[in-house]
This record gives sequence, C-alpha cells and structure tokens, in this order.
Amino acid sequence: MRELRKGRFRQTCYGMMRWPLALALVACCPLLATAQSPDMFNPSSPDAAEIRELFYLVLAISAIIFLLVGGALAYFIVRFRDPPGAPRDDTEPPQIYGSQPIEIAWTLAPTLIVFVLSLVVIRSVIAMRSDPPEAGVIRVRAVGHQWWWEFEYPDYGFTTANELVIPSSEVDAEKPVYLQLESADVIHSFWIPKLAGKTDLVPGQTNRMRLQADTPGLYEGRCAEYCGTQHARMLIRVNAVEMAEFEKWIENQKRPAVVAPGVEAGRQIFMDQACANCHTIRGEPAVGKFGPDLTHLMSRETIAAGVLENNRENLSDWLADPDHAKPGSRMPNMRLSPTEVKQLVDYLMTLE
Amino acid sequence: MAIAESGQSSASSPLVTQLHGWVTTVDHKRIGIMYILMSFFFMVVGGIEALLIRMQLWVPDNTLIGPDTFNQLFTMHGTTMIFFVVMPMLTGIANYLVPLMIGCRDVAFPRLNALGFWLSLFGGCILYTCYFTGDALYGLGSAPDVGWFAYAPLTSPAYARGGAVDYWILGTSVSGVGALTFAVNLVATILTMRAPGMKLNQVPLFVWMMLIDAWLILVAFPPLTAAQIMLILDRYAGAHFFDPQSGGSALLWQHLFWFFGHPEVYIMVLPAFGIISEIIPVFSRKVIFGYASMAAATAAIGLISLGVWAHHMFTVGLDDRLDAYFSAASFLIAIPTGIKVFNWTATLYGGRLQMRTPMLFALGFLSMFLIGGLTGIMLATVPVDWQVSDSYFLVAHFHYVLFGGSLFALMGGCYYWFPKATGKMLSEKLGLWHFWLLFIGFNLLFGPMHISGILGMPRRVYTYQAGQGWEFWNQVSTVGAFIMGFGILFFFINIAVSLRSGKKAGDDPWDAWTLEWATSSPPPSYNFEQILAVRSRRPLWDLKHPEDPDWKYE
Ligand code: HEM
Ligand SMILES: [Cu+2]
Repeated sequence: MRELRKGRFRQTCYGMMRWPLALALVACCPLLATAQSPDMFNPSSPDAAEIRELFYLVLAISAIIFLLVGGALAYFIVRFRDPPGAPRDDTEPPQIYGSQPIEIAWTLAPTLIVFVLSLVVIRSVIAMRSDPPEAGVIRVRAVGHQWWWEFEYPDYGFTTANELVIPSSEVDAEKPVYLQLESADVIHSFWIPKLAGKTDLVPGQTNRMRLQADTPGLYEGRCAEYCGTQHARMLIRVNAVEMAEFEKWIENQKRPAVVAPGVEAGRQIFMDQACANCHTIRGEPAVGKFGPDLTHLMSRETIAAGVLENNRENLSDWLADPDHAKPGSRMPNMRLSPTEVKQLVDYLMTLE
Repeated sequence: MAIAESGQSSASSPLVTQLHGWVTTVDHKRIGIMYILMSFFFMVVGGIEALLIRMQLWVPDNTLIGPDTFNQLFTMHGTTMIFFVVMPMLTGIANYLVPLMIGCRDVAFPRLNALGFWLSLFGGCILYTCYFTGDALYGLGSAPDVGWFAYAPLTSPAYARGGAVDYWILGTSVSGVGALTFAVNLVATILTMRAPGMKLNQVPLFVWMMLIDAWLILVAFPPLTAAQIMLILDRYAGAHFFDPQSGGSALLWQHLFWFFGHPEVYIMVLPAFGIISEIIPVFSRKVIFGYASMAAATAAIGLISLGVWAHHMFTVGLDDRLDAYFSAASFLIAIPTGIKVFNWTATLYGGRLQMRTPMLFALGFLSMFLIGGLTGIMLATVPVDWQVSDSYFLVAHFHYVLFGGSLFALMGGCYYWFPKATGKMLSEKLGLWHFWLLFIGFNLLFGPMHISGILGMPRRVYTYQAGQGWEFWNQVSTVGAFIMGFGILFFFINIAVSLRSGKKAGDDPWDAWTLEWATSSPPPSYNFEQILAVRSRRPLWDLKHPEDPDWKYE
C-alpha cells in the first residue's frame, strides 16, 4: 500500500514540470492559425514590429531562465525524491548552509541581464516616442467618449466617428498619422494591436501617439481601459487605404451634408426632436456635440462603435431602442413611433 | 493550565459559552484561526463570482449576464480576493505562528490584535452590504462596478452615482485600518518579544519575511486611506482632487493608489515566500540554502517595491524619463527575487525530498511563481507593456503571481500547520486530489489567458465578438476554472473530514526544527510550558542532533 502510494508520488513529480511545457507547446499551434485576430504577432507597422521583436527577445530570455530553473527543479525533484519503497532512513542528508561564490555568481548574472535589458528598453522608448516632424504630417484628434470614438481631422475641418481612415504607407514613403488623444469623460485607451501599443486617453491631458499601416486593410482594435458599462463594446476600426483613395475620402468628408429630396419628414423629426441637440450634421441646424457627428453617416460600415453593421434594419432597431443593442448607452430612447423611425431612417440613409 | 483555560474550552459547555469564548478572545491563535475562517468564507464568495465571470465568457455575445452585473462581478471578485481572502489568510497564519515561532506567549498588544480582526471582518461585511441596498430584488445590481483599483474619474460623483462606490471605499478602508493594527503589533512582537537568546538573525525565515511584510503594510496602507478620504471628499464635500475639469488630476488617484497597490502585491507574496522557506527545508531534510541572503533579498524586495509603482502606468503618457526609470527599477526587483528562487531550488539539492502535500504545494508555488515572475519581466519592458497591459495577458500574469504564487503557498501553509493548530493530520489522499485538481485547473484556466491577451482581448469585457480567434482559449479557461472549483471543494471536504476523524498528529509530525513544534498540538493558550534556550536558527535540530548542532556553523 505504502509502496503503491509512493509510486504515485513519483509520477506526480514527473508530471509537475511537464504541464507548463506541454501547455506551451499546445499553445503554439493554433497561434499560427488565428491570423485573423487583432493580434500583436502579425504587426503591420514599424512600431508594432519593433515591439514584437522586443517581445521575442524577453520571451527568449525568459524561456532560457525557465528551462534552466525549471529544469533544475524537475531534475532535483526526480533525483532526490525519497526513493519509493525504500525503508525510511532516519539519518539526515548532509546539511549545506550556503556558498558565497555561488550566491555571488547568481546575483551578478541577473544583474547583467537587467542592465542590458534596461538599455534596450530606453533605446526603443525614445525611438517610438519621437516628436512628429514639423510639416506634412496628417494629424487626427481622437477623443474617447463613453462608449464611442470621435475623430477630428483639424487640418481638413471635419469630424467623424468610430472608424478612422488613414493612408497606408506606400512602397517607398512612410505615411505616419499622429494622433492627439483626449477624453471627454473618463479614462479610455486606444489600442490597435497590429499597428501600435496602447495609449490612454486621460481627461485633462493630451497624449500623443504615432499610427502607421504598412499595407491597406482594416485593422481592428478596442478601448483597453475599463471605462464603464459598455467598455466591451467600444470598438475601433482603422481603415488604411491607398493615398489616392484617402484623398477622395477626405474630399467627400469635407463637403457639408446635401439635403436629398423626399426625406423632408425625417429631416424635420431630426431637427425638432432631441437628435439635433446631441448630433451634428454639417450644413444643417444640428450642431450637438454629445454624440457622434452624423454628416456622412453612410460612409461608415458600422454604427454604435463597431457593434452593428450599418444598414437599414440595424439603424431602425437602434433608433427604436438604443439600449437593446447597447445596454446603458448614453443615447436616450426617444420613444419614436414606427413611422417616425422609418422616416428618420429614410433621412439618415441619404447622409452619404 | 487550569487558570488559563478556565471559561474557554471545557467540552461540556453549551454552544453559547463556546461562541462567547471565541468572540471575546484575545488569544493570538484563536484570532489567527478566525482570520483564516473568514478568508475561507470569502474565498467561496469570490470563487463563485469568478465562476460566473467565466461562464459569461464561455461563448461570444453571451447574454447570460448583463454588462452591469458583469462589471460588478469582476470588481467584487478582485476586491474580495485581495482584501478579504489573501490578506486575512496571511494575517491569520502570521498571527497564529509568529509568537510560537519566536517562543513568546502572545503578541505585544493582544487587544489591538482582536480589534484588527473585527475591523477586517467588519470591512468585508460593509463591502457586501451593498448587495442589500439597491431597489432591485435583494439589491442585486447595486455593487460597485469600477474595478478593484477604482480609477478616478470613473468613481467621481459624475460617473458613479448611488452608494456602490462608497461601500467599496468604506469596506476596504476599514479593513485597511485592521491591517495596520496587525502590522504594528507584529513589528513590536518580533522586535521585542523573542525567546531568550534568539537574535534577529536567528528567527525563522517566515518571521523575517513577515517583519518586512508588516513594515510594507505600515508604509503602503496609509496612502491608500488618504486617497480614499480624498475620494470621499470629492464625492460628498465638493472637493475636486481627482476632477480634471476643476483643476484636479485623474492621474493623482493612480499615483496614490499604486503607491499602495504595488507594495500590496509584495505584501501578499512575502508571506508565501516565508511559508515556502519553512516547508522546503523540512521536507527536503535540509537546512535552507543561504539564510542570510534570503533575509537580505527580502529586505531589498521590500525597499525596491516602494519605488516601482508607476509601472502600472506605462500607458498613461508619463515622461519618457519616468518610464525608463520605472522600467529599470522594476527589472531590479528580478535580482533579489531570482536569488530567492535559486536558493529554494538549491535547498532541494542533495536532500531527501518527501512528497507530502505541503511539499507539493511548495513546489507548485515555485513552478508557477517562476512563470508569473518571468511574465513580470516582460511587462516591465515598457513597449511590450504598451501591447499587453490591460489585456488578458496581464490577467494571466497576476493570477500566476497571486493565485499560483501567494494563495498556493498559503494553502500549503494550511496543510503544514493544520496538525499544529488542531492536533489532527489532514488526509494525504484528499490533499492530493486538492492539489492536482487545483494545479491542472489552474494552468488550464490561466495559461490560455496569455494567448487570448496576445490575440488582442482586453480585460474587463463582459462579452466579445465572434471571429477574433478568442473562443477556443476562453473555453479552455472556463473548463479550467471549474476543475479548479472542484479542487477547492476537496480542500474544504478535507478539512471537515480530518477535523472529525483525522489521524492524531502529535507535537511534531513532520520532524521539523522551529519552535512552534516544541509545544503540544494544539498549543495551550499560554503557548509553551517551558521555553527552550535558543542558540541557533534551528533550535529543534540542535536538540535532535546534539552531536552536530547548528550553532557550530553559524
Ligand atoms: C477561482 C479562481 C479564480 C478565477 C476563475 C478567476 C478569474 C478571474 C477573471 C476571469 C478575471 C478577469 C475579469 C476581467 O478582467 O474581465 C479576474 C480578475 C481578477 N482576479 Fe481572479 N480569478 C480567480 C482567483 C483569484 C485570486 C485567488 C485572486 C487574488 C489573489 C484574484 C484576483 C483578481 C483580481 C485582482 C482581478 C482584477 C479585478 C478587476 O479587474 O478589477 N483572482 N479573475
Ligand atoms: Cu473606453
């Protein structure tokens, strides 16, 4: 009986270090398979790529330490385990009180690693936080709200929401965008893992961040600092497009809204109801600042900060009851009749 | 004997007398046990909260738990685990053991000690009364939902209406005062009441680490209390400490909070270090390797941990030079921590390892703390932190340190000293179930979180969208959480069964070397019939090996 139990102990000891190792191995396979994730291991900008290299560096150092210490641990456990089945031996093993040379050695080794790492960190922090060049850069003022994003292009004089459009870098020219990060209420954090690390938006302070996309495409991200009820649904979409397309987009956004024929009823409801108090439609009497700018609403793919696809059905649901799609949303339920909803949506759908 | 025990523990006395005895006690051992029971209670509560969190994250766009409830759950879970599980458990174990280990009859201020316990418990009760205050059924939906670090301005009157945040402030600050009384008491006890002949560099390492621990509590908790008072003034007296719109600063809260919060991490983990430093030698049958460097490393950790708080703030836009300093200082902690890990490992060398449950927990601690420590180095690398902080990678990291590290070791301590406190052994068989379910469940739960974090999943989200590659990892985590839940069930079953019908322990069941084993199990209320003269770090070794005593080498 006693022997049996000791046998099990032996197995448990072997198992001990196997677990983390096996886990690490299992972990590696699907990592490769999930390239569609917004992950930091498939970077698409120089900064994100540099962070990945740094990550690999510390990962390698950690792995070596893990293998050394974990290996020693595992080896000692197996080697010096009380032999199973052997009669209990009452003499004590030799007592080792310490060893100055060894202790000094394993104090100096980590000191060296730490010193080198610190230098590496200082170098890359300075590189990544460099000042924007004087001229010719694209600036965007990004403001975090509970729970959506405002993006103002001050040099072009318009504002949009939730979907940031930037030029992608071309073959020979880097096109970084400089973000000026602010908050309208609580702390948020701007995080597009493939493009850069996160930077917080702190009320009462302006932070800066460089954003660059090597290739055209849609880059997803999220608010990364807990900011209240719908923190989970504060998505960011960065659309990197080629320069020509970017310029076309800019031209369209600069235009004020055009009043289309046949939607006067919806337009009236918008201006009379509380909508206009919170939303802006440029060229119209709606100049509210509390909610997203709706001037070119239909140029966006999503509504409610990336949560719903932007189409007639979702727009109708949203107007009928914002709380349904996004409980706690700061947009009030306007208690509109179904006809009013329909007329409003008809109007909104013309904001292209 | 008769005098000391009168009115306390005669078996025939009715329940009321018994209860009265416990409620009015000033005996450090009973207070210690009450702390531990309190911790068990809140462990169940916080554990259920955690399981609910994991259930909600089982599939994308889950509607099981709404956003508000979820946000309350993680706030209450974090607050509970830190202030009302780990803190009381370490306080309880230290309260029970330190006087026994240094061979004295009680702590320096027994009544203050009792006050400390009741304040801690009272704090927990205040926090949880929030559940009885809302308008909804049983007040559900009225707990604080601001995260355990309660960042301003989310906690300012403009964004946190109602009383929930006030319950958080009151509950944690009252228990914080309790922690302060404990710390004062412990420092005084260790410095002034050691057995005759016991020098400070001869106390058991657990005592050393608790001394540093208590000192850290004394430095770290007052700033928290101050910050909490400022927040109350903001909320009720129209002050604007943390309100940027009126000249206050949102980051001030973070500085004050993390000046407490970072040392708090070490406050939670130093007792674990201490416990490991007692268990590993005894179950390896060897003296600890490098006693002096262990103690020195602890002191160094204590000091450095006071100067690294802003590594929780690398993303808030501090000056580059500040980031660089806080990064380097954080790396620095790796050196003394490394020394400790090396010393523990070296103690195993050439020993005769007895794989009993306390030892399994100690080795489990070592392997998981190793992982948590290494991911800590990654987080201290500022640009890497910009990517992984506030993601699930961070959640994984701090659970490896706090759960795999701190709580595992504390549980190991429960196995090690249970025979001393109750006179009964815990069942090895149930202990094995407890350990392995916990260990496997733990790694399944928190291992995959490293990956979901790297894949871009932020923490504190009540739901996520499909198609991000996160489902699989979340499901593994949830399965792990339930396996671990079962593991903890075995812990409580083990305690119940062993109390009833456990093997008799005897005074010194592990053949150990420190003074607490030199008295009966459980010890009488005055601790020792007679206090041994102490000449070395292992007084019982000297007694058992008169031919080769320790003091020859020290
Ligand atoms: C049954 C075991 C546990 C499980 C399943 C668990 C699970 C979790 C999960 C999933 C979160 C993340 C919630 C989120 O960020 O959205 C979390 C947060 C947290 N956990 Fe645990 N945990 C467990 C035990 C512990 C223990 C033992 C401690 C402390 C020693 C702890 C401390 C924390 C803290 C401080 C937070 C952060 C809360 C916040 O974000 O405000 N947990 N836990
Ligand atoms: Cu946010």
